[in-house]
Amino acid sequence: MNLFTILLAAIFVNNFIFSKFMGICPFLGVSKKLDTAVGMGVAVIFVITLSSAATWVVYEFVLVTLGLEYLYNIAFILIIASLVQFVEMFIKKSSPSLYQALGVYLPLITTNCAVLGVAVLNMDNGYNFLESLVNGIGASVGFAMAIILFAGIRERLADAPIPKCLTGFPIALISAGLMSIAFLGFSGML
Amino acid sequence: MNVLKVLKNGIIDENPTFIQVIGMCPTLAVTTSMENGIGMGLSTLAVLTCSNLVISLIRKIVPDQVRIPCFVVVIASFVTIIQMLLQAYLPDLNASLGVYIPLIVVNCLILARAEAFACKNGVVASVFDGIGMGLGFTIALAVIGAIREILGSGSVMGITLLPEAFPKTILMILPPGAFFTLAFLIVVFNALRNRGKKDK
Repeated sequence: MNLFTILLAAIFVNNFIFSKFMGICPFLGVSKKLDTAVGMGVAVIFVITLSSAATWVVYEFVLVTLGLEYLYNIAFILIIASLVQFVEMFIKKSSPSLYQALGVYLPLITTNCAVLGVAVLNMDNGYNFLESLVNGIGASVGFAMAIILFAGIRERLADAPIPKCLTGFPIALISAGLMSIAFLGFSGML
Repeated sequence: MNVLKVLKNGIIDENPTFIQVIGMCPTLAVTTSMENGIGMGLSTLAVLTCSNLVISLIRKIVPDQVRIPCFVVVIASFVTIIQMLLQAYLPDLNASLGVYIPLIVVNCLILARAEAFACKNGVVASVFDGIGMGLGFTIALAVIGAIREILGSGSVMGITLLPEAFPKTILMILPPGAFFTLAFLIVVFNALRNRGKKDK
């Protein structure tokens, strides 16, 4: 039950985009077309799930054991950067078609603050391994859901008659704000 | 090197928030009050200036292929230093900024300036670029924070401005308010800049 609560909370109530504002850069940057948004969403789910597991292991067994907790930030960002690099090489070898689909988005994920955000939040909340993993999956599924829904809206907005001064970022931000209001409704869920 | 020009570039011409629209995560997340906005802006300014300084010093030693990991480690070190200083001297601010302090590492603004400016320019210019961009970022966050705080809590920097009878728009300090405020400010900023161009 507890794991299920963490999962639901991470997907809906504490949605990374709409309530924590993590990963807003790719959210606004690669949401112009639906298929690129799907590619980004899948890549993020993949990397966050792996990195929340990897950072937990390194934090518990290396940093805590050596009494180096204060170096967590440097350690985490290095783990994430090398993990992204490794995932990219692995996919390139093992599944060229998947690499074609995700290729462009993988390097961008290193600077997606959602990845580091999940790792730091897992540490701050003192989650165990399974809880960290579930929180990572929930957060990334929430991110993917948000970016795919948002891309659908933006594809429609592209044809809509929008006042000139609102085109581009302002109208995207206003749409995101309206979606964020909708997501506030989930806060009563838990 | 024209120092004033570099500063103006950061604050107005290429304002990180209103023109480049980067570094959105802290911009939207911590601006529930003006104080938090300024705190986050100044922390970012400090990290950006220090990292620009170091990166412009080491830019000729670092091989091109591994430059991004090197830059990230430099940035992460300064973020750790800032976080420790905040914990020691401003524990309240550190508590209210919370997880967003370690996340300065992945603020695209800092890596973008390292890539676009500090690894191509000298030390003095890079430091001023860091100060200019940092100030532009701080001003943007302070303005967003002030608007959200006035409308959402009726006060600025903890000082009550609006009378009790004035309805407080709680929505403004909730997440949606951040999106609306930023959208509105980008429109205003663009309108002001375009009007200036026509006058010339």
